[in-house]
Amino acid sequence: MRDVFSISRLTNYIKDLFDTDPMLGDVWLRGEVSNWSRASSGHCYFTLKDDDAELRCVMWRSVARQLLVLPNDGDEIVAQGRVTVYPQRGQYQFYVNEIEPIGQGVLYQRLEALKAKLRDEGLFDEARKRPLPAFPRRIGVVTSATGAAFRDILNVLQRRHPLVEVILSPTLVQGSDAPEQIVAALDALRKTDIDLVIVTRGGGSLEDLWCFNEELVARAIYAYHVPVISGVGHEIDFTIADYVADHRAPTPSAAAELAVPDTREVRETIRAMQMRLDRGVESVLFDARQQAEQQWRLLERCSPAGQIEQTRATIQGYTAQMARRVDVRMELERARLSGVSGRLHELDPDATLARGYAIVSRADDGRLVRSPAEVSANDVVHITVEGGTFAANVDADIEND
Amino acid sequence: MSEEQEFSFEEAYAELEQVVEALEAGGATLDETLSLYERGVKLASYCESVLEQAELRVQMVQQNEDGELDLTDFQMS
Repeated sequence: MRDVFSISRLTNYIKDLFDTDPMLGDVWLRGEVSNWSRASSGHCYFTLKDDDAELRCVMWRSVARQLLVLPNDGDEIVAQGRVTVYPQRGQYQFYVNEIEPIGQGVLYQRLEALKAKLRDEGLFDEARKRPLPAFPRRIGVVTSATGAAFRDILNVLQRRHPLVEVILSPTLVQGSDAPEQIVAALDALRKTDIDLVIVTRGGGSLEDLWCFNEELVARAIYAYHVPVISGVGHEIDFTIADYVADHRAPTPSAAAELAVPDTREVRETIRAMQMRLDRGVESVLFDARQQAEQQWRLLERCSPAGQIEQTRATIQGYTAQMARRVDVRMELERARLSGVSGRLHELDPDATLARGYAIVSRADDGRLVRSPAEVSANDVVHITVEGGTFAANVDADIEND
Repeated sequence: MSEEQEFSFEEAYAELEQVVEALEAGGATLDETLSLYERGVKLASYCESVLEQAELRVQMVQQNEDGELDLTDFQMS
């Protein structure tokens, strides 16, 4: 009787052969990677080939996540694993347990190639880099929750500008799972109203920092809705993330310093502004006071009281002038008077009488007798001499001269 | 100064800068100048008091079991 096998039975038979073979259960292979793909589950599928043959390969997520850097198409790798049959597809496959780290030479080549590609696309253009807000209110930080980088950042922010709010979006920052996580962590922050984001981790090897050299991280940073500061590794480390970020800081601490102003400087600026206010208002007040004084003087000059005052001053001036003139005149008059009185004295009748002259007046009407014609015989006259007056009768006619 | 309660530091600081510039530019009436000055002094002391009292607040954003984002206070271990 014929023994008819089912497909499953045959396939399982073959699979048993594979699985019981000591060599196929633990083999090291060298080959070039092609058809690389990583499923959303995290499992990796690819082909290893040389010039004459190719082998389908599977790397489970648990293995892939141990790797710092995943292979790319064209990479030559050395991998350890087992070969077995995948019955559903009727294929034998290499299940990778371990991959030797990809050489640094290869990594640098990959880095340079991606850098050139993104630069050509304009992802590094200085013109598109956004300025940082002067006073960020909320800062997102994409990094590991347990790393020294986050502690450093908190210390700097606490010291420099504790006014700010920090929102940590935790992520792996190392290993082949990190790129997707970094992108997801950036996405999570989109809903939190941050003013800028810091993408950071502490120092490490090229492989440790590799997730910041991945294209999807670069594109997520490029497309981010607020300015991005990168602070990856130490001073000498440059990653693709650094080139594409709006601002690059050499360390996590430096990224925090870049993100916020120093409160001490802000305080000094505020104090300086207070002084400017004081000076400003003082100068305005000084000007206003001067103007007011000038107006006041002008007003005083024009007011009725001022005019009266002015008139009074004028009058006083005149009065004084007049008084001075009167004084002069008086002086003159006085001087003239004294001259006149000297002459008057000479004319004093008494003085004449003293010299022996006499004054004759008519007794009846008192008129002075200046001529013999003014008297007749028997008229009574009064004769005044120095000592006194006596009466006399006119005796007879006296020969007129 | 209840109106400043709703004021953020940045807004107060920005207005302070404007007030100082306006005052220094001159051209305002004496009354305007005096109220600018008063406003400036208030803003400056508000900014200083905010800085005085500031304490760093740290939160963490994470997906919960329902796949939604939660903000929680972050304690540094």
